[in-house]
Amino acid sequence: MGSPILRLIAQRIALGVLLLFAVSVLIFVGTQILPGDVAQSILGQSATPEALANLRAELGLNEPAIVRYFQWLGGVLTGDLGTALTSRQDIATAIGGRLWNTLFLAFWAAIVSVPLAILLGLLAVRYRNGVIDKSISGFALASTSLPEFFIGYLLVFFFAVKLQWFPGISTVYDGMPFIERMRAIALPATALTLVVLAHMMRMTRAAILNVMQSAYVETAELKGLSQFDIIRRHAFPNAIAPIVNVVMLNLAFLVVGVVVVEVIFVYPGMGQYLVDHVTKRDVPVVQAVGLIFAAVYITLNMIADIAAILANPRLRHPK
Amino acid sequence: MARKPKQKPTHDGKLLEIRDLKIEATVFPPGEDPRDVTIVHGVSLTLERGKVLGLIGESGAGKSTIGLSSMAYGRGGVRITGGEVVLNGRDILKAGKGGIRKIRGREVCYVAQSAAAAFNPAHKLMDQVVEATLEHGTATRAEAEKRAKALFRKLSLPDPDNIGNRYPHQVSGGQLQRVMTAMALCSEPDLIVFDEPTTALDVTTQIDVLAAIKDAIRDTGVAALYITHDLAVVAQVADEIMVLRHGRLVEWGGTRQIIKEPRQEYTNQLVSVHEIEHQEKAPGVSPVLSVKNVTASYGGSVKVLKDVSVDIFPGQTLAVVGESGSGKSTLARAITGLLPPSEGSITFAGRKLSNALRDRKREDLRELQMIYQMADVAMNPRQTVATIIGRPLEFYFNMRGRERDARVAELLDKIEMGKGFADRYPAELSGGQKQRVCIARALAAKPKLIICDEVTSALDPLVAHGILRLLLDLQAEEDVAYLFITHDLATVKSIADSIAVMYRGEVVRYGPKSQVLAPPFDAYTELLLSSVPEMEIGWLEKAIAGRRMESAGN
Amino acid sequence: MFNLKSITISAWIGLFFTALFLFCAIFAPWIAPYGKAQIVGGVWEPMSSQYWLGTDNLGRDLLSRMIYGARTTVFIAAMATALSFSLGSILGFAAAVLGGWFDTIMSRFVDLLMAIPTLIFGLVVLSVLPTTIVTLILVMGILDSTRVYRLSRAVAVDINVMDYVEAAKLRGEGMGWIIFREILPNALSPLVSELGLRFIYAVLFLSALSFLGLGVQPPEADWGGMVKENKEGIVFGIPAALIPAAAIAALAISVNLVADWVLNRTTSLKGGRG
Repeated sequence: MGSPILRLIAQRIALGVLLLFAVSVLIFVGTQILPGDVAQSILGQSATPEALANLRAELGLNEPAIVRYFQWLGGVLTGDLGTALTSRQDIATAIGGRLWNTLFLAFWAAIVSVPLAILLGLLAVRYRNGVIDKSISGFALASTSLPEFFIGYLLVFFFAVKLQWFPGISTVYDGMPFIERMRAIALPATALTLVVLAHMMRMTRAAILNVMQSAYVETAELKGLSQFDIIRRHAFPNAIAPIVNVVMLNLAFLVVGVVVVEVIFVYPGMGQYLVDHVTKRDVPVVQAVGLIFAAVYITLNMIADIAAILANPRLRHPK
Repeated sequence: MARKPKQKPTHDGKLLEIRDLKIEATVFPPGEDPRDVTIVHGVSLTLERGKVLGLIGESGAGKSTIGLSSMAYGRGGVRITGGEVVLNGRDILKAGKGGIRKIRGREVCYVAQSAAAAFNPAHKLMDQVVEATLEHGTATRAEAEKRAKALFRKLSLPDPDNIGNRYPHQVSGGQLQRVMTAMALCSEPDLIVFDEPTTALDVTTQIDVLAAIKDAIRDTGVAALYITHDLAVVAQVADEIMVLRHGRLVEWGGTRQIIKEPRQEYTNQLVSVHEIEHQEKAPGVSPVLSVKNVTASYGGSVKVLKDVSVDIFPGQTLAVVGESGSGKSTLARAITGLLPPSEGSITFAGRKLSNALRDRKREDLRELQMIYQMADVAMNPRQTVATIIGRPLEFYFNMRGRERDARVAELLDKIEMGKGFADRYPAELSGGQKQRVCIARALAAKPKLIICDEVTSALDPLVAHGILRLLLDLQAEEDVAYLFITHDLATVKSIADSIAVMYRGEVVRYGPKSQVLAPPFDAYTELLLSSVPEMEIGWLEKAIAGRRMESAGN
Repeated sequence: MFNLKSITISAWIGLFFTALFLFCAIFAPWIAPYGKAQIVGGVWEPMSSQYWLGTDNLGRDLLSRMIYGARTTVFIAAMATALSFSLGSILGFAAAVLGGWFDTIMSRFVDLLMAIPTLIFGLVVLSVLPTTIVTLILVMGILDSTRVYRLSRAVAVDINVMDYVEAAKLRGEGMGWIIFREILPNALSPLVSELGLRFIYAVLFLSALSFLGLGVQPPEADWGGMVKENKEGIVFGIPAALIPAAAIAALAISVNLVADWVLNRTTSLKGGRG
């Protein structure tokens, strides 16, 4: 009898795919149609008419937008992201290594922040309204207000400049030894962790608290179960879904935080690449990278929803 | 048997003795500093082995709090600050955390009001039923499951051998309440605390659960604290009854004495609360509201109202009775135009009403007013009483300034509240006062008909009684008709001139009160009538024996 | 509406700093000791009695630029918040009360906009738009209005199903009374606190864009841009970039404290006197 739940999941995935297509339209529309003339805005007011005409031809601006969209989409679906206007490089090739770098950084930030956030969230619930809880929520309030670069440069200032423990600029290259690589990403990964930690902690705390205040936890307590058993047997199975949800939402948040953090540490990842090419007004690159970021974001949100569906006993065991 | 010997009673048959119990809680009133309030002021009680003590009182009487103190438990920041709770010869308040854990689930078990919330949605019923037994090591898993199945059978649950494999959401509310009773009985405790176990159930389901609980108590010989606000219910199961009010003892005595010869004025009020003499009026010539063959549905193909026809005569009351899902509230929505009927017609004061609300004339809206069950959410919390009552005066009669204020004062007077209330906000009123303000708001429009949707269900019996009295007085003064929707037949007897009984979207019985309430009955009406608890010892057995139709909960 | 005694210490701190920043923003030309683009000394001079916060990467007085920066940052963020708030709340309320196709289309479109991280979509759009203050306000305001829309719609939908709103509809009240007299007074407290959060978000968003070189363009000074100008100094142990970054944090925290207090204060009341 798994059919209703499979159907729900299939629906959610279909929605995700649909959303991705809609987002690709939005990104395309955002870069192509909005400003009137892309070529003019790329080359500036002083451009010669010939240069404009050439660029228009190259961008395919002489064809209708809808044709250009489907050409672009067809390319994206077959792995061809086009050519960068400024460097003449193939975008897919340029992105390959950078995407891997970004994922490497995000992965380590997640490895540290997720267990830490859950642990601190549990502690906050266990000692609710105590010193730990109060300082955690105070820290959370502060940290949602701190810009990423404040955290980043503070880390650089103290750990790279004053103490000189880690490099302030995270250079990585192919064939770099693992230990070296880890040393290079220590500060950006810490900055990213700090950026998402507080928020994730606060949401974990709320999710667990919600479960701990339910009537069935009271029932368990009145059965004479120990605190540990109550959490293990009764609270935990019901808290997984909200926690997975929290984690996924924050990973999505982390993916965005990467952009600024990479710029701070001059880390050769997707964020840095995107920002560089936005400044250069290199539209094909911006479209490609924007779409990849959006795809990661949509996927993480989708996983969060699917986790919630899977963990719901009403859906797992239909009447 | 692997069962560990329990601490045996030391000398007498006393199981539980509570001495001078004092319970406090910290409240956080908005805009003020938190302060401690005393919820229970030195209450004492004793309970002998195998006996049932009923704890009764209105909301805020402290009855649940006292019941839970027998498990040394304070719900939501409630603290036991004084007295002794002696269970099986020792004070459990001094037992320490580990000691209390050994008592809970083994010597005392708990049955909550809402079993639906009290069961963990992630586990099968059987795992939860045997959990306490296994935790305390009083039986092996196989023994415990065998015991649980026997209890399921005793509590007349369907398919007792397999129901344990289901998840809580796969079982109906009435059944879940019985499974919870089985869960409490499974570890063979000495005492069970029943906390309003039938309050959330429909009346025809309540009687089955009540009978099942009573049989189980008798057959297992367990002692019980039975907490409820309904004297008629507790009279069926309790040996003794304790009446509480504001955290103090009012009266404590044998069940017969409490319901037949109450010694305290307050107990007497509780006992006599249902009795309002209401002389039935004969149907008039032309009805003020005539509902003809109305059928309605919420979008889908399921019809929530099927071919409903009723009439209400000027200055009279039609009571619409039914259980949850009977369509009685939907009828109100159809009449007000919130849910336009798909078929049929509604005639009001000789005019045919448009089906949809937005097509109705202001005069129609004015003459047809509504009062809601939850007075809290029926009033805008940001408006004062004067605004709430004054708005219909402005809106329908264009009254302003002093003229409106004078009329508001007059209306406040009618609902037996003083002028001082005009500047209050709803949050500053008691439950009964809120409902009175809603009545005044309806009256302000000078309506011909007021729809009263379960207006007394959320109130304590004495407060509800006051509201019913007020409604009857106002009817006599203003000659207004009521469409009175309720699930409570006792209320119906006190207020109705005619009655419509609804069941699954249809009117199954309709006519003047004397006729509807007199035999011969159809099966459903009989079930409904026979399910209303009467304040009489032995009523439950008689009612169960005389039934022809199974209730929906089975 | 509020009595002074009920203001908590953290709220006082928040109010004080918020007021201080606002004061700087409004009276910048009269307070600042030097002009905002005036080169007064050497590059990255340390703090001294002459230059309280030292000088920046071009030898301009950092304090003066901070004060002018407050003006730019607060002005753009406030305008963007005003735009996102009016747009989001009007559309959100309308969607909740009107329902039907308007609600469906608006809500799906907002879902779509929110499926792309705001910063990423902001970057995508700014890659082709000219970076002027007006564009910044428009982009930030429109992107952020999606969140206000969601919140106001959710709040209004909740209130719209309350019995007192139904009672007003049954009385025959018009749309104006229902929105402005029944729904709005009860939606105000979550919206006021959201106003604070949206403002913080706008400050952070603007700062991030400027830091990335896509926000306010030199020689105009805003705090995010000043971090960018001075970031090279960090490696030499010169903390000039940390000062504007700390100012952004301080502004955001103070507004947060005030918003938090407003929310706590008003949700603890079930209504009535506030």
